[in-house]
Amino acid sequence: MKAEILVAGEPAEAPALVLTAPISFWGGVNPKSGRIADVRHPQHGLSISGKVLCLPGTIGSSSAAAVLLELVTAGLAPAAIILHEPDAILLLGLIVAQEMGHPVPMALRLDRGEFAGFAGHELAIGCDGSVLISPLAVEKGFS
Amino acid sequence: MALELSAQQQAIADGARGEGAAMAMRIVAATARLMGAPSLIPIASAHIDGALYHGDSGTHFAEKLVEGGAKVAVRATLNVGSLDLTGCSKNRLPSHERAMARRMMDAYRELGCEPSWTCAPYQAGHRPALGSDVAWGESNAVVFCNSVLGARTNRYGDFLDIACAIAGFAPYYGFHHPENRRATVVFDVSGLDPAFLGSEVAWPILGSLYGRELGDAVGVVAGITAHPSEDALKAFGAASASAGAVGLFHVAGVTPEAPDVAAALHHQPPQAVIKVTAEMIADSRRRLSTAMSMDRIAAVAIGSPHLSIAEFERLEALIAGRKLKVPLYACTGRHALTELERDGGRQRLEESGVIVVADTCVVVTPILPDIADAVLMTNSGKFAHYAPGNTGYGVIYGSMAECVESAVLGRPVFEAAA
Repeated sequence: MKAEILVAGEPAEAPALVLTAPISFWGGVNPKSGRIADVRHPQHGLSISGKVLCLPGTIGSSSAAAVLLELVTAGLAPAAIILHEPDAILLLGLIVAQEMGHPVPMALRLDRGEFAGFAGHELAIGCDGSVLISPLAVEKGFS
Repeated sequence: MALELSAQQQAIADGARGEGAAMAMRIVAATARLMGAPSLIPIASAHIDGALYHGDSGTHFAEKLVEGGAKVAVRATLNVGSLDLTGCSKNRLPSHERAMARRMMDAYRELGCEPSWTCAPYQAGHRPALGSDVAWGESNAVVFCNSVLGARTNRYGDFLDIACAIAGFAPYYGFHHPENRRATVVFDVSGLDPAFLGSEVAWPILGSLYGRELGDAVGVVAGITAHPSEDALKAFGAASASAGAVGLFHVAGVTPEAPDVAAALHHQPPQAVIKVTAEMIADSRRRLSTAMSMDRIAAVAIGSPHLSIAEFERLEALIAGRKLKVPLYACTGRHALTELERDGGRQRLEESGVIVVADTCVVVTPILPDIADAVLMTNSGKFAHYAPGNTGYGVIYGSMAECVESAVLGRPVFEAAA
């Protein structure tokens, strides 16, 4: 399928991480580890680093971009970010990272209804906004 | 719709005011394109949330603007930093982080921002006019500015706030358009006990519920029995903006764009009506606490958003000269600290065991002692939301009176009627 490109960036092939609740990056994601730190979040403890992060929504603090910029510069950013709707508060982190000369992950827009089909799969994200779904490499061995 | 820049805006982007201003304008324009804004609008002021240290990259960004000769084009107050520059409180930041946090705070001053260092700039003399367009950051400041002052701002995140302040323009979308300020949801509290609605904890608990229920929708609170104080609206907005993505709320008969429910709805039918019940309130209150055990606390923290002078007066009256068994951290800005020091209030509070924290707060920088499995008691819906993730402390929620009694006794106590 083809998604709208919100912020152009590097293509990626990575496992999908589908969040089942909105998240505040500030206070919700640890910028030093990439793990979800919000104890009330259903995916608490999982790492978003290197994943195709599918966000049903973002909430809370206006410092989300700072956390995302920090993740990008530390090499801990998601491999790509798929959002239900554009979120300036979060994606500013990518826009500023580009201004600072860093390669950034792609940010795409897709209806959150598509996210359930991504869970447990590997996604290939192309520069043109294409999204290809394949089973996770580790799961292929068992099938 | 493609973004159109005016000749003046294009000239800034091309470097007419230097490379720093050009970078700021590029960031504003990129955001406008992202959000589908057709143009930029001039802004009257900004409140900057970007001077809080989250890592070295934020400091490098601010210093890059300084090196590019950037200066703010409008009044710009600063939100909290990571350091208490007044010396009231100490923090445990390691030396590298402390140095980078200091460089970051210095860089924002260099850009021409006011060293207000508060998350309650609206109580520190920065109150933009009704209907004016501004670019504010910090979720509670945004929601207060939109809702209580009736100035128009989107939720400006870190980097975009300072970029707008330097450029003097903001993307024209969202809450800058009057039609997007219409309430679509009625949040009806008329079924609640008036005794609860008049209590101290009502507004933070309602705010937390409102944020979870509304998400980023605009709602109007209907059916209140008593006019809330400014500090109550401050607590409601802060709790709502931590639990949801709330940027604007109306309270019928109270906030300036809602003389009544129909006006807040722009005389259109609501898309939803939420009838708030006592069960929803009890659930919302329960969710504010995370601590597994309700029999001990290591500390109390209040002041998110920063305490006003009225709140300090209430704190002092509740303590009534008694000594506290566990420390009570009272977070505030210089605007209140100056007044507090004028009448000896700071000294009296510190003699009781209060630790005044200025310029910053205990949830954004490591001020609380590093204790395993420690529990923090707070009256702030916002602290209750963020303390577990940011400090590692479990949280017990209570009113300011309950917080003070608990600090005096050294264990959590609750009023029977609460």
